[in-house]
Amino acid sequence: MTNKKNRNIKEEAFRYLFMLSAFVAVVSVFAIAFFVFYRGLKPFVGGDHGYSLFQFLSGTEWRPGKNTFGILYMIIGSIFATFGAILIGVPIGLMTAVFIAELAPPSLTKIVRPAVELLAGIPSVLYGVFGLGVIVNVLKNYSPTAQGQSLIAVIFVLTVMILPTVISISETALRAVPKAYKDGSLALGASKIQTIFKIMIPAAKSGIMAGVVLGIGRAIGETMAVMLVAGNPIAGIPTSLWDKIRPLTTNIALEMGYASGLHQDLLFSTGVVLFVFIMVINLILNSLIRKKIG
Amino acid sequence: MADKIKFIIKDLDLYYDTFQALKKVNIEIKENKVTAFIGPSGCGKSTLLRCLNRMNDLIDNVKIEGAVTLDEIDIYGDIDVINLRTKVGMVFQKPNPFPMTVYDNIAYGPRCQGIKDKKKLDEIVERSIVQSALWDEVKDRLNKSALGLSGGQQQRLCIARAIAMEPEVILMDEPTSALDPIATAKIEELMETLKKKYTIVIVTHSMQQAARISDDTAFFLSGEVIESGKTIGIFTNPRDKRTEDYITGRFG
Repeated sequence: MTNKKNRNIKEEAFRYLFMLSAFVAVVSVFAIAFFVFYRGLKPFVGGDHGYSLFQFLSGTEWRPGKNTFGILYMIIGSIFATFGAILIGVPIGLMTAVFIAELAPPSLTKIVRPAVELLAGIPSVLYGVFGLGVIVNVLKNYSPTAQGQSLIAVIFVLTVMILPTVISISETALRAVPKAYKDGSLALGASKIQTIFKIMIPAAKSGIMAGVVLGIGRAIGETMAVMLVAGNPIAGIPTSLWDKIRPLTTNIALEMGYASGLHQDLLFSTGVVLFVFIMVINLILNSLIRKKIG
Repeated sequence: MADKIKFIIKDLDLYYDTFQALKKVNIEIKENKVTAFIGPSGCGKSTLLRCLNRMNDLIDNVKIEGAVTLDEIDIYGDIDVINLRTKVGMVFQKPNPFPMTVYDNIAYGPRCQGIKDKKKLDEIVERSIVQSALWDEVKDRLNKSALGLSGGQQQRLCIARAIAMEPEVILMDEPTSALDPIATAKIEELMETLKKKYTIVIVTHSMQQAARISDDTAFFLSGEVIESGKTIGIFTNPRDKRTEDYITGRFG
């Protein structure tokens, strides 16, 4: 009898332990969301220390000293940088995935895949250091303004940073395509390349898209690496690849350390905007995954 | 008039790594006939079938020795594999339509060969589907996904897809083993008409099927051809004791 009872207590205890662990993630996400939204929305709900939401979202200058807080140029900078990185990174990543999954001899796969995995593990500050030390230096020679820190520098750094995500998720998706499709295509006299473009990639489409969306999430949320190469100007919508940009993330990271009052709250507001972007991306991702299952 | 020989397989050995899957296989396959490969699982019959359009090339560490000729040309010599596969079509054990429309499934092969003219593709699609006795069932759903068809329809679609290439030979790897008896009967009926135009080689587990539809039969055991010749001869008067044991159901 005691044995059975003991066992039951053990079972229960572990059940709660597992449940408690699961709560850590859930509580964290809600806590972070709550504080970011609480602090970030405070300036817009009136009061003496308020700020106009419209001016915040449509302003193109960020001068805490003059009480001017506009983030439109940051939103645009973040979107341009992300879009640029996706535009370059996705084709390269997809082709790498095809190469690893379909074309490479096993000996080459053994080199490429660990390299990709290692790339994913490099701390982002090192990407930034590399970007500053190498990419920015090289770009300096070509820039009309003779400055290397620019939108294009951010795009290059982000391109490399999203590669591991795009590659590994696309590769998984390509490997999940039933072999019967591939055999069927080859047996009809299609070449390997035709099979890849007409059968494999379309069949893996939703998985590849998931990789792209995760890449977008990574690019838009990246802070450290981007901060070092972006230039972070206090004003101006970027109109050329050589313009400096100030992404939403770096705005927060640069100033949170010393900001106070309204200034600090509006940095939280910047976080809210970022949060909304990430939530939209996650919604898209979830619907993609659901479509794949359905 | 003697039957024309399509394939000659001479002293063919095939190894997967160190495992020998085919041992000194010698067979001739006649044009416009149905040739059946029978034998217990793992006897090498599917492996041999896949030698005829070089699908074994896709597997790593396969080593092939000996010769296979198609119309007296060595298909393991200096030939274009893609060209070979347009001449030698294949239907697989499990129906494997692509996840696209019925139309696009049939047009896939011709498109890969560079045919873009819509009228020509329409013509090929219709003719192939009619020939595979599927027209009445799919004519109203050409632009719907092929995955919505029944298993038997999918398999006939795969036959139509192979026919669209106007091949000379159609290889069938247990084409009815995943189908119900009615769908099976339809495909067997289809083979009867197809052999007038094409040379058919079929791997089958079912002795009855081989007896019903084939003109010639080869019996495989452990990678060797034990006996081959006219189906009627093999089934009524097998020369080898092992053949007799197999077709009378004593093993396998």
